[in-house]
Amino acid sequence: MSSRIQTPDTSFALLHDAPELETRRSFLGKSGLVLSGAAIALLAGRDALAKGKKTAGSDVNVLNSALGAELEAIAAYQVGAESGLLQKPVLDLAVTFQGHHKAHADLLAQTVAKLGGKPVSAKEKYDFPVDTLKTQADVLRFAAMLEKGAVSAYLGAVPILDNRDLAKAAASILGDEAMHWAILRNALGEAPVPVAFMS
Amino acid sequence: MSIALRAQALLGIALAVAAGGAIAKGELTGDPKAGEAVYARCFACHALTYNRTGPKHCGLLGRRAGSVPGFQYSVAMKRANWIWDKKMLDRFLANPMKVVPGTTMGYAGVKDRKERADLIAYLEQAGKSDVCREH
Repeated sequence: MSSRIQTPDTSFALLHDAPELETRRSFLGKSGLVLSGAAIALLAGRDALAKGKKTAGSDVNVLNSALGAELEAIAAYQVGAESGLLQKPVLDLAVTFQGHHKAHADLLAQTVAKLGGKPVSAKEKYDFPVDTLKTQADVLRFAAMLEKGAVSAYLGAVPILDNRDLAKAAASILGDEAMHWAILRNALGEAPVPVAFMS
Repeated sequence: MSIALRAQALLGIALAVAAGGAIAKGELTGDPKAGEAVYARCFACHALTYNRTGPKHCGLLGRRAGSVPGFQYSVAMKRANWIWDKKMLDRFLANPMKVVPGTTMGYAGVKDRKERADLIAYLEQAGKSDVCREH
């Protein structure tokens, strides 16, 4: 699986700077994300190993659970991208978000391996309710549902990770999932941030 | 029982119901509608009608743990020797990794007792719905 983040080609004119500046910022931002993520994984792996097998084992289960959900999210976005229902710029958005999930999955898999665990693999086949996806809005709602669930899943993971660096890394991913959820809601014409607290 | 005592007892029952808990034998009666909102937290891994990272939830109440055909459970969950009823679900949802050490459900749990009751009420109602009858 590639660790590279897909090149975002968002068409949010209001959010864009001049093309040159955008290219440079985008490159720096993406490089920073990958490097810091990898650094977190490696450092956290060493710390957790030093704390003992039992602790690492518990964290491996939590991280593998998150990895399984990330792999499913990657597959879900692939279904959305190939559905023919998404039009630009929404299609670009979906591909960008899928790239984020790939980066999350790579980081989680590396960390699970570093902790001595066996990273879960993507399923050969995922069941998605494709018969209910008839329009772009249907796909967006489905993706938003998954992203909101992901926020809750990471909220449920952060407090039970024994290693604080791993908890920090999970919280970093949580923030990304929350942004996905908000942007998808916005694309649907819904209030992007409907609540002050997530659960 | 005097009329005054009877009235006091009835008032007590009314207050208990009004408190939203509908308390009976120490159990909370959940609100399925509120539980549907709680269920949204499960959407990263679960669905009612099909297996995902976690097993499907249609038919959960009354089902033996670790028994959905085609779903790859952890060894720990396969060994869990019980039938999912409301009481067992309540225990599990409060702290999945403590109740089934080794479960792949890496989640802190639903800590609020009323939220768990609501969630279980929703799962019970959904299990009887047309959607679940076909799955």
